[in-house]
Amino acid sequence: MSTGFKATRDGVSIHLDPGEVSILRSLVSQILGLVEPGSTGDDPLERALGIGSAAAPADPVLARLFPSAYADDEEAADEFRRYTEATLRDGKRADAATLLETAAPGRLHLTSEQGQAWLRAINDVRLALGVRLEVTEEIHEEIAAMSEDDPRYPALVTYDWLTYLQDTLVRALW
Amino acid sequence: MGSTAPAEVERPASDVRPDLPWLTIVWNDPVNLMSYVTYVFQTVFGYSREKAEKLMLDVHHKGKAVVASGTREEMERDVQILHSYGLWATVQRDS
Repeated sequence: MSTGFKATRDGVSIHLDPGEVSILRSLVSQILGLVEPGSTGDDPLERALGIGSAAAPADPVLARLFPSAYADDEEAADEFRRYTEATLRDGKRADAATLLETAAPGRLHLTSEQGQAWLRAINDVRLALGVRLEVTEEIHEEIAAMSEDDPRYPALVTYDWLTYLQDTLVRALW
Repeated sequence: MGSTAPAEVERPASDVRPDLPWLTIVWNDPVNLMSYVTYVFQTVFGYSREKAEKLMLDVHHKGKAVVASGTREEMERDVQILHSYGLWATVQRDS
């Protein structure tokens, strides 16, 4: 298994084996498939301003990636979403694209900017897996005590690995 | 605010409503890492490591924390950036 990210003079670096790159690419591609490009209205002005739909996503993963900005004011939440979600979607897609373009087996060097994109892209994958796998704060201990025959085991081990990668990346970027 | 407005213009008192401060709240969730949340607070708000860590611990132990206050527009901008990092953030009026 990879030893995680290390700080370098002008960014971060990591050694990834082909299997790890393949898992990362597959998961990030799934996020890219889930997060459609920011769609805006037909009105040219609305398009230019990035004004899109006000409706909250029904899919629980998308609802977590694009949360309501107002806890108890639906009208304000819709209005905020209408003006911001298209931009947020495009940002998440750009982060995912950066990871897919730069992920390669062997010793990998990333600029700080690319490292930040990886950080957000890995977090989006963890958020998505966290919703699907109903992850709790005690997940690390749960996995340690879990039987390898448990159907959730392989996905949770992957989740735990992503947690490790992200934590080393934060520390390398600090 | 209103830095382009001439300072000498006086309005009747009834027309002057000091802006009620708005708050940016970050809520605890089981996925975001303590290290990551601290890093995001430092990166987004320019807070010291110490302040960012204190806020992160407040979120972790109390379930939520006020991480910024200001105008509604400023808070909405903060929340949009925090959402880009995957933090669960909301705007609310200070009460």
